[in-house]
Amino acid sequence: MDQRNPTLERLIDQVDRARTHRTPLDIRGGGTKVFYGGPPTGEPLDVAVLSGISSYEPTELVVTVRAGTLLSELEAQLEQHGQCLPFEPPRFAPGGTVGGMVAAGLSGPARANLGTVRDHVLGATLLNGRGEVLTFGGQVAKNVAGYDVSRLLVGSLGILGVICEVSLKVLPVHRASATLRFDWDEPQALRQLNLWASQPLPLTASAWHDGRLHVRLAGAAAAVSAACGKLGGAVVAPGAAPAWWRSVRDQTDAFFSLSAAELAGGQCLWRLSLPATAAPVRLPGQQFIEWHGSERWWRTAADPREVRAAAASAGGHATLMRGADKSAGVFAPVSDVLMRIHRGLKQAFDPACVFNPGRLYAEL
Amino acid sequence: MNTSAGAGRQHTTGQGAAAQGAGAPDTAARDEVSRDQRQAELVAALTQVLPRGAILFRHEDTAPYECDALTAYRASPMVVVLPETDAQVAATLKVCHRMGVPVIARGAGTGLSGGAMPHPRGVTLSLAKFNRILEVDAAACTAVVQSGVRNLAISEAAAAYGLYYAPDPSSQIACTIGGNVAENSGGVHCLKYGLTLHNVLRVRGFMVDGESVEFGSQAPDAAGLDLLSVVVGSEGMLAVTTEVTVKLIPKPQLARCIMASFGDIESAGAAVASVIAHGIIPAGLELMDKAMTAAVEAFVHADYDLDAAAILLCESDGTPEEVAEEIARMEEVLVAAGASRIEVSCDEAQRLRFWSGRKNAFPASGGISPDYMCMDSTIPRKRLAEMLRAIEQMQSKYGLRCVNVFHAGDGNLHPLILFDAEAPDEMRRCELFGADILETSVRLGGTVTGEHGVGIEKLNSMCVQFSPSERAQFLAVKRAFDPLESLNPGKVIPTLHRCAEYGKMHVHRGMLPFADLPRF
Repeated sequence: MDQRNPTLERLIDQVDRARTHRTPLDIRGGGTKVFYGGPPTGEPLDVAVLSGISSYEPTELVVTVRAGTLLSELEAQLEQHGQCLPFEPPRFAPGGTVGGMVAAGLSGPARANLGTVRDHVLGATLLNGRGEVLTFGGQVAKNVAGYDVSRLLVGSLGILGVICEVSLKVLPVHRASATLRFDWDEPQALRQLNLWASQPLPLTASAWHDGRLHVRLAGAAAAVSAACGKLGGAVVAPGAAPAWWRSVRDQTDAFFSLSAAELAGGQCLWRLSLPATAAPVRLPGQQFIEWHGSERWWRTAADPREVRAAAASAGGHATLMRGADKSAGVFAPVSDVLMRIHRGLKQAFDPACVFNPGRLYAEL
Repeated sequence: MNTSAGAGRQHTTGQGAAAQGAGAPDTAARDEVSRDQRQAELVAALTQVLPRGAILFRHEDTAPYECDALTAYRASPMVVVLPETDAQVAATLKVCHRMGVPVIARGAGTGLSGGAMPHPRGVTLSLAKFNRILEVDAAACTAVVQSGVRNLAISEAAAAYGLYYAPDPSSQIACTIGGNVAENSGGVHCLKYGLTLHNVLRVRGFMVDGESVEFGSQAPDAAGLDLLSVVVGSEGMLAVTTEVTVKLIPKPQLARCIMASFGDIESAGAAVASVIAHGIIPAGLELMDKAMTAAVEAFVHADYDLDAAAILLCESDGTPEEVAEEIARMEEVLVAAGASRIEVSCDEAQRLRFWSGRKNAFPASGGISPDYMCMDSTIPRKRLAEMLRAIEQMQSKYGLRCVNVFHAGDGNLHPLILFDAEAPDEMRRCELFGADILETSVRLGGTVTGEHGVGIEKLNSMCVQFSPSERAQFLAVKRAFDPLESLNPGKVIPTLHRCAEYGKMHVHRGMLPFADLPRF
């Protein structure tokens, strides 16, 4: 990215001023994920001004795009060439940006089979706390020159700097897909998902809620139809399936929506990230399971300590996705040694601590 | 990517590399005395925490550890330790930390960039005895293995469950998973199945001060920053790995391969782009040029098309239905792209025969030249023909031959420069040739190393690819993990001083001084 770009120069000035005056900056894209992470504080730094696709060559399977570009605009471009972001990034409202997608690091239903946002980041340009514009990684899939800083930015919630531009690996859209439905309780659904995961099946998503399992198959037409025959179950009408998976991806399904009254009453949405083979988790409330058992959403008013303990004893961790009271922290605490590294990295990228204070952990 | 050299001696690029920060030059004698004394103190301290047999310090015992597969560059380690338990690794690190001794972790020593080259004042920490597979969990599709377990041994252990570990560097029979984590190793199937990073869930080990640490988790992600991403590929500079949890995937039921010939390099390059443009992600997509094909045919006698300017290997794997559909589409695309001859493997024996030449490219090069140097840059796929033309011109410029194999699917080049180290001036010209290839790759939008790592070998090229502030940021990342820079010091990130020395021909992101001047 050209450092003499006037828009970028203005952002550098803003960072320089913030560093001099020690004023915190609240890095903003589309503002669609403000609810995620610790509450934003500080003077807004608007990344939406850095927008546009810098380069896209379908035959290279790589797109380089400025952070403020709308995710919807990027996906429309990719679709024209029969390609997509395979990790199905969620959008919780219109207006989400590519930078926000990378900073939040959230992936959608296909993640269990096709990988995460991080897996598809090839390079990034970062404006760090010293006002330096740095490029790491590149536009090629195989690249081991230096530490993989561009992937470290994924899910960093902006605490290391302003993500200005990213290069992403893209893939062709699957030629065929089908969705099957099974009426199974949780233990049976988990058992079956674990069994399927170790077989060569073209699975790309699964979702279980309230006695009903949906499974998505995608790939070559012959492979999808062979797998449908093997798995059985009821076939969901092809016209209805994509919209249903979108409602899971974007969390517009009724399960995920918490009214203001429910939030005020202490209801929360938790994300439990667990080994797929973890036994059913016992918590009060309702559950929605994705990623073949490794992502388990809970709507519950349970005490955060109880939720975190349940996740930890199942071999994973819990994140408070939505909730009115974030005093117990949004992300699970990390070990002392990892927190020491976190502090060291914060110091390495943002010595004056101006970027997004408290979004990831209160002390960063 | 390591194979034993055939008749020839194998080198990778040199650039006159020497590890940085090996201490100020003293008079040789004083240095020797103080080294002996230092060594005695260190051995005495390590004897308190390790069994006698796990400490090597006599020259005849440490000699096998002087280099990795980049044999042109060597150093004698002060001490080599071979711990067997986590507690011994932690204790070794604590001793070294207390005494200010650098630590260089080592797996099988198959690395091609000198990443495991010893420090003359340091301890080489061999993980060779960490060779147990702790668990294969077929339901979770994971394996927990110690870091000294060989890459191929994981797939062998998983085979009983119909599973395997996907990344397959050519050295997979020998290289260890700990080394793969250090280098973020790839292989011929990474276009479809990803690199080490994409197939590792958790890394356990120790920080430089001996404190135990865990990156990632057995869940799909871990809380906080994604530290696993920087640890994988960090060439042993951030932590010492003792245990790795890897993802296993179902073994494809079937694989078939197409071997296609092309009359010129341009149409072979265009065919690669066309396969991708048609929405096909092959399990493997490899290219050999004419000179390489001739060399491997003499070595394996696999009936390759010696008239072709380039040979493309294009593989499909999956269920029989998927493979049938994909092979038909691939054939159609390759024919339309101008393939002059096409063969599709009918059985496993034929598929392996197609691959035999590609897999033996390195030893075959050893058969036609006393020495060869292997390069490892990556370029955008579309620049392939341009790159190969540039290499052709470099052959006359430097008066040396070069044969080419190419992971065409992901743009990773392995030009093998042929030379004779005993002929006057050939080593020097070979190093210049290599540096020219790397700088051209950066200029074409690529990177100086796709999968072999920087180590000591590509320190100078890092000056070309990264700005001073980017390199300073890398060093700051290192210090967040290792404040005193004791783990594998002097590798990967060149000092500002070194880059200044190298600066005469400095190119940064294509901004050559006098960019318009022709350089032949």
